[in-house]
Amino acid sequence: MPIVDGKYKANNKEPRVPANEVPADIRSKNFEPVDTGYTTENAVEEANRCLDCKKPFCVQGCPVGINIPEFIRHIREEDMAAGLATVRESNMLPSVCGRVCPQENQCEGSCILNKTGDDPIAIGQLERFLGDMTPSIGKAPVCKPKNGKKVAVIGSGPSGIACAGELAREGFDVTVFEAFQTGGGVLTYGIPEFRLPKEIVKREIDGLKDLGVTFEYDAVAGRLYDADDFFGELGFDALYLAVGAGLPKFLNVPGENLPGVFCANEYLTRVNLMKANLFPEYDTPTKHGKNVVVFGGGNVAMDAARTALRLGADTVTLAYRRTEKEMPARIAELHHAKEEGVRILELVSPLEFLAGDDGFVQKVRLEKMELGEPDESGRRRPVRIPDSEFELDCDVAITAIGTNANPFASMAAPVNLNEWGYIETDEDGRTSNPRVWAGGDIVTGAATVILAMGAGKKAAASMTKALLDA
Amino acid sequence: MFEILEKTQYSDKVFKFRVSAPAMAKKAQAGQFLMVRIDEEGERVPFTFANWNREEGWVEFIFMVIGATTMELSKLEAGDKILDITGPLGKPTEMKKQRWAVIGGGVGLAIAYPVARALCESGSEVSVIMGARTEDLLILTKQFEELPLKNLFITTDDGSVGEKGVVTAPLERLCEAKEIDEVFAVGPVPMMKFSALTCDKYDVPIVASLNPIMVDGTGMCGCCRVTVDGKTKFACVDGPDFDGSKVDWDDLCARQGSYRKEEAEAVAHLQSENNGGCKCQS
Repeated sequence: MPIVDGKYKANNKEPRVPANEVPADIRSKNFEPVDTGYTTENAVEEANRCLDCKKPFCVQGCPVGINIPEFIRHIREEDMAAGLATVRESNMLPSVCGRVCPQENQCEGSCILNKTGDDPIAIGQLERFLGDMTPSIGKAPVCKPKNGKKVAVIGSGPSGIACAGELAREGFDVTVFEAFQTGGGVLTYGIPEFRLPKEIVKREIDGLKDLGVTFEYDAVAGRLYDADDFFGELGFDALYLAVGAGLPKFLNVPGENLPGVFCANEYLTRVNLMKANLFPEYDTPTKHGKNVVVFGGGNVAMDAARTALRLGADTVTLAYRRTEKEMPARIAELHHAKEEGVRILELVSPLEFLAGDDGFVQKVRLEKMELGEPDESGRRRPVRIPDSEFELDCDVAITAIGTNANPFASMAAPVNLNEWGYIETDEDGRTSNPRVWAGGDIVTGAATVILAMGAGKKAAASMTKALLDA
Repeated sequence: MFEILEKTQYSDKVFKFRVSAPAMAKKAQAGQFLMVRIDEEGERVPFTFANWNREEGWVEFIFMVIGATTMELSKLEAGDKILDITGPLGKPTEMKKQRWAVIGGGVGLAIAYPVARALCESGSEVSVIMGARTEDLLILTKQFEELPLKNLFITTDDGSVGEKGVVTAPLERLCEAKEIDEVFAVGPVPMMKFSALTCDKYDVPIVASLNPIMVDGTGMCGCCRVTVDGKTKFACVDGPDFDGSKVDWDDLCARQGSYRKEEAEAVAHLQSENNGGCKCQS
């Protein structure tokens, strides 16, 4: 620890300790983690850059209010167990959030060092560093004695996991109902292995099992069990609906249903959930395109493009209606994608997918766009340029233009939905049904892992109050 | 894990499994489906419910060996366990009380049977048209014969049993005689397509139970999308039943063939495994 006159003095003028990334030409050929994470030495060095602010803006920037300066202090003092405990007080999934949170818009974006012209502290890296030490130093949280109440959590994505964990700690008997054969929701089917190893998701779920949470897989709530079952025979006192917003949007252009045209959900699910990259050892196939074109500019588009590279594509083009600057993807993900060889094609919009003689997609016809006036999102609206059409070769096309509410939203229990099919709740996640809470993407629309987790925590607190004070 | 309680073989390639699934049995309805994943390496494959028993807690599905997964399935025996079965999925078939023709082609007969049975039970007048390439592929004949049907027609492409030809011939006669109010069809795409064209000719409504490739089966991946009345629909959550007169059959047919090459590769891989592993040295 840098000490001057007996006091800690931060090395904030030192550059940020860089991430340990596997070189792009190697990592783009496999599904191994892109970033191998900080070593202890790296973590301590980075922790020594933290000003340990009295009024930490980073905490304000964190959707779940992790005591960031405190855990960084523990790293500095090399008391990693204490650091991990600090993180876990507010965030049950540090290994996940450290990897996938958009820190540049949250904690790191709020770091005071941005204002002094220095690099912000690599808070995400430090959080992940502590999270990844869980198997060796993590202590299982202590659960309160069983309170005799039963809660069903529908969906095992980040929001469901967070809610289940909090409720288990409060002494509830918790069962998570998951439609798929394995848990994690979007962490499992959506985010690729190279960005979030599935082993970590499994570890987090095993951690919940250690707290006594039961997982029932292959259980599509609303179809297999309905409200009568949950509140009747199954004996639950309350439900938390966290079914996500997984219904993909489409471009609605001709040829979109040709073989070889995927939506990102399908493309990623085949590989992430079903391991199609290991076909035929695994039974689920996918298409290994030579020339892959991805439509969209978010993190899902980046994941799809980088997955296509790893499946052996010669060229991967990411086609976006606006410019790089307006892309909703994390800067780091865009940067990684470009480093690995993804070509960015700005200001284009697809008009039609064209089939070859074999009936599979062979080309996509696009037109060029320019930026006009800002729209309701504040981003400049793309406007088509007349007579600017052109064609691109493409034997696999992937659309990643967002998702809608899961159609199972209200099938598990009757709740009010808004006009777009999302569940209406108050700030605590209470729905129109007094025994049902909801949170995550099915309430907010597609958002981040950490916001979904935050909603799960909040709902758990509200459920605890409502069920135990009653 | 889901235990296979009973295995029935209908023909060389057509089997029925009865599996223990008490919760699913309570909710299953005609027209809905389940998804099977045999083991850790398995793919998720949809099969429509052929039968269920709420009291005894089992469901049944019928499958024909066409790819690697169905080949692996066919090797399982009573007492073996299937890793994952998810369901019931999809919307149940709507059962209006009226005069129905139920058409089942090939393995689609497995789906046609519970629909015909449910329609009979609900008091509808039901005619059934069974179709298959050849006698060996015609399944559930006895079960259909035991239903209180108005008519039972059997057609085979080669004339090995019933009348030689395809299902549209008896369908046309029923339409011509104005004996039916609506048609339910399930089977190979060409069969459903031509049934729909026949119905259109006589202005008889037709419901078709579609069978596109699925991955998740819960409305998440969009693999099973079909074009109906010019709009994209998901067979897994919006269907599998759709207005047959509005389905884009060519689109469905093309998408169904998306993985033919990979299916052949998977079968070859499975066979090489069964023959003692890698063949690259021989």
